[in-house]
Amino acid sequence: MSTTNPPEETMPDIEIDPRDLRHLADAQMNVELDTGDMILNLGPQHPATHGTLRVVVRLDGERVISADPVIGYMHRGYEKLTEFRTYPQITTLINRIDWLSSFANEVPFIDGAEKLMGVTAPPRAQYIRTMLTELSRIATFVLFLGEMSLQVGGITPAFFGFRDREHILNLIESATGGRFHPNFNRIGGIKDDLPWGWLSETRSAMQMVLNSCDDFEDLVAGNEIFQARTRSIGIIPGELGATYGVSGSNLRASGVDWDLRRDGAPYLVYPELDFKVWTHPDGDSYARYMVRLQETRESARMVVQMLDQIPEGPVMAKVPRIIKVPEGEVWVETENPLGQMGYYIVSKGGTGPFRVKIRSASFSNVSILPWLLRGVYVPDVITILASLYFILGDIDR
Amino acid sequence: MTDATSEPGSGASDDATAVADAITEPAPAESAAPEPEPSGPSPLGDVAAELFARLEEELGDAILARAENHGTLIVRVRPDVWSDVARVSRTRLECDYLSFVSGIDWLPAPKEGGDDDGDTSSPAQPSEQTVGVTGGETRFQVFAHVQSTRRHWGVTFKADVSDAAPEVGSWTSVYPGADWHERECWEMYGINFDGHPAMRKLYLPHEFEGNPLRKDFPLLARVLKPWPGLVDVEPMPGEGDDEAAPTPDGGDS
Repeated sequence: MSTTNPPEETMPDIEIDPRDLRHLADAQMNVELDTGDMILNLGPQHPATHGTLRVVVRLDGERVISADPVIGYMHRGYEKLTEFRTYPQITTLINRIDWLSSFANEVPFIDGAEKLMGVTAPPRAQYIRTMLTELSRIATFVLFLGEMSLQVGGITPAFFGFRDREHILNLIESATGGRFHPNFNRIGGIKDDLPWGWLSETRSAMQMVLNSCDDFEDLVAGNEIFQARTRSIGIIPGELGATYGVSGSNLRASGVDWDLRRDGAPYLVYPELDFKVWTHPDGDSYARYMVRLQETRESARMVVQMLDQIPEGPVMAKVPRIIKVPEGEVWVETENPLGQMGYYIVSKGGTGPFRVKIRSASFSNVSILPWLLRGVYVPDVITILASLYFILGDIDR
Repeated sequence: MTDATSEPGSGASDDATAVADAITEPAPAESAAPEPEPSGPSPLGDVAAELFARLEEELGDAILARAENHGTLIVRVRPDVWSDVARVSRTRLECDYLSFVSGIDWLPAPKEGGDDDGDTSSPAQPSEQTVGVTGGETRFQVFAHVQSTRRHWGVTFKADVSDAAPEVGSWTSVYPGADWHERECWEMYGINFDGHPAMRKLYLPHEFEGNPLRKDFPLLARVLKPWPGLVDVEPMPGEGDDEAAPTPDGGDS
């Protein structure tokens, strides 16, 4: 609509190129045509989906009418495979469930087998397990703290996240020998004691984590664009989230004050630690970010506490060479970085379990997506997916 | 852009009101004095006893067995009250959190390979059928775990399902999160959940036939390529053949 057109009578006979009028035709078309629903496939391969989650969304314009996550592209059948493995072999498998915090996956399974066998790991082994679990949590969360800003267009914090994670992974590697899949837990303890100098190295790394948490808070959480894209987006009511089985930081961000480290059956050395469970009343993407930010700080403080308290002693209890677990069944659950991780182990007395039900956190966290994504706009779909923070291996098992 | 924020809330309204209705049932006012059940095999802890007392009040003789197992109360109920169990645990037990719903096949795993060729493809399993700590009469069972985020307790429920037509009621109306769990159980064990809104495959391709987690469903990797067996297992010193192991008093040559 140009306002500088001369009056018509003064216009000389000029030829109008029909291409100049195309926008008018387009506008006319758009008025007359009904906007139909569009079906959009997010994934299975998409940079913003963290793996191979495929979400089929039906759109009316920019608005989501329905969303249907299609999972199973990475289903590896671990529950079947556990029936064909011995207990020490299974820890190798379950390292791959949530590959960002592999060490934390091993803990509940080993804990369950130890309960069935009546074995208790020595205190020093419990401390090392707890420290490595918390280090896994920090490694998982700093990656989230950086990646979350990537979803709204902030590139730099993502590099910070990877940088900090690298420090933690180096610590895990120097203690266990594995960067991603430590496979370090044994029934009755852990494989090795800590290397020399690890404690002081960890202490300085924890200070670094605390410093970069301040950076994340200023750079990401304090950013106006970030807040505009995450505040009151993707709200999960706490009551509904619980019935869906949403757990961990996602549920605490909805105001549910429930942390298995504090509230569940006592495990590892958490009863001896002084820590705060953070919650947020809002339940939106921003709340999930803030809860994870605070939990990263809390984990770093817990590691420092454990560095001060760690006792001397052996790291392995006396166990038979051939692990045979007596008949019985046990349910063990732990607070993993992504939420509640549980194993229901049924043993019939052999060298391997009879049935292992693996309750992974992301599976239930993602199952709320059809409800959560209904009615949101397309750009918010990505931020909501990122803020739920799932790992595909943890969904598909 | 801002009005998008209200939309998830409005979408929530149906579910949220349903949730609210379920919650408004009066919580048990009486203290539910923990009385040890005379028929029970073992005494229960304080928390488990209170939970069980509340359960028995609602379900009565539909409870077939119970046990406290490593600190967790396990209750086996008649399959026809499976749907009621969800409602009771949500309202009377204050278990607002659904951990999982799954199934189990108690059939002994068929032994692969012969006894004499040293096949170690599957860990040693007993050959007779056992049914776990709360017993059972059928091959298949469904089991589920619910927890309370406020009271910090949890209960595992089990129910027998018939071999011929395994089916129990669905929990989706009480715990919407049971949707995926029940779909997984259906495709992996062939246990149907009556009342589930859209029963279809979750993990498996649509054309997949069979129920992979049943014990008589072979692990296809082992069928295609047999496990190498004992070839990579060397005798451990001090285990089995002591003659082969070097001993301090003159075993070395």
